Amino acid sequence: MADAVKDWTEDYDIFDKDYIRNPFPIWDEVREQCPVARTDRWGGSFMPTRYEDLFNIARDIEHFSSRDVLVSAVMPPPDAEREEVVDEELIAQYNVGAPPITSDPPVHTWARKILLPPFSANAVAKYEPETRELCADLVEGFIANGRADGAADYAQQIPPRVIASMLGIPKEEAPMFTEWVRGFLELGLTNPELREQSAMNIFQYMNERIQERKANLQEGDLVSYLLQQKVDGEPVPEGHVLGTCFLLMVAGIDTTWSSIGSSLWHLAQHPEDRKRLINEPEIMPLAIEELLRAYSPVTMARYVAEDTEYAGCPMHEGDKVLMNFPAANRDPRMFENPDEVIIDRPKNPHIAFGVGIHRCAGSNLARMEMRVSIEEWLKRIPDFRLEDPGAVTWAGGQVRGPRQMGLVWGS
Amino acid sequence: MKVKVDSEKCQGHNRCYALAPGVFKVDDYGYATARGDGTVPKDLEEKAKLAIENCPERAIFVVEE
Repeated sequence: MADAVKDWTEDYDIFDKDYIRNPFPIWDEVREQCPVARTDRWGGSFMPTRYEDLFNIARDIEHFSSRDVLVSAVMPPPDAEREEVVDEELIAQYNVGAPPITSDPPVHTWARKILLPPFSANAVAKYEPETRELCADLVEGFIANGRADGAADYAQQIPPRVIASMLGIPKEEAPMFTEWVRGFLELGLTNPELREQSAMNIFQYMNERIQERKANLQEGDLVSYLLQQKVDGEPVPEGHVLGTCFLLMVAGIDTTWSSIGSSLWHLAQHPEDRKRLINEPEIMPLAIEELLRAYSPVTMARYVAEDTEYAGCPMHEGDKVLMNFPAANRDPRMFENPDEVIIDRPKNPHIAFGVGIHRCAGSNLARMEMRVSIEEWLKRIPDFRLEDPGAVTWAGGQVRGPRQMGLVWGS
Repeated sequence: MKVKVDSEKCQGHNRCYALAPGVFKVDDYGYATARGDGTVPKDLEEKAKLAIENCPERAIFVVEE
């Protein structure tokens, strides 16, 4: 068990119990006292918390590389133990990164260009009807019970099926993807063996789908689409396609379900906001942006590419910087009453999806899934509350959202 | 009022298009440009201003005439 944190500005711990449950007062403290905090825990990192600093660092791609976007929570186990867990040859074969989130220019430039069209607002609108049907079916499945787990029974069920549909892989296997992604991104951050095994499972599964598609290209699924893209007149390398498929699964699942879950957590406690969304459906797009701002789920990392100094902090090549976009989105320098959710907040340049060249490629998809899942829920369950506020559990670290959240309705 | 999107700064967040589709359009990659020569119809000026305030990349500006 790690020692309790005494000074959040010099020794923060993103896996601390209190931080995971309620990071907001900690960010406020750090932001005012020492806006770029640091720690030696979990391999060491810096953590900016002011909007302006996040804005600057995210756009300075020369000093802050994306080659490694996760904090290395713990060192890998010694070689002898490793062999039992995963096949070394597999690791080498699948050492393809997760482009373009892990790419810097020039690769990033073409890799992103390939990925953006299938994730444009118009392109993801094609998946809205099936997302709506999925959400409706989920609610109908538990509405008579008068209770459900808003995280496990609802939020977690939606993104894996939508991304499976886009990739052209069976939606019935969604629970398996969910387990792998949690193993890699959530539980795996403090458990390197689980993390590696989960990554191998995803790579292996996606590699099989790629081989199938290569033999039999289809219309309209993302795997076939990626296989047909070219760079400098040549087909995109297969390893790159595999890395991108890995990214789509990892980034498209945990993040969005966290946002849907946090949104329901907020709405369960704010009847006035529920009422407004039901009576004034036209404010829904603003509400989605506000929920994204107030409960931003994602903290990616950057890798210091060359020695530099930022805001008086000497940073050395290889240091990690935790991009605390969620804290930036609560900075009073940028947002009036930042801790208040103003459901139709007009001025809201939040950076929940990041800022600069690594702006989340799936942002339009995430927004669509959030909007549809909230609409379909409120249509059927306009009044609901937390079953036991103290019993809600949260995942934290680099993706924050509720994982167990009993919700009740009716008498 | 006349607006312009700095294409070097735009990263395709889609915020301006969502707030003021009568003033901005986006291409297949999500990158935004102002419609026409950027002149904003009088009744859309408020929406255009909102789009400027909401752009996370600070990529939209008013062209002085």
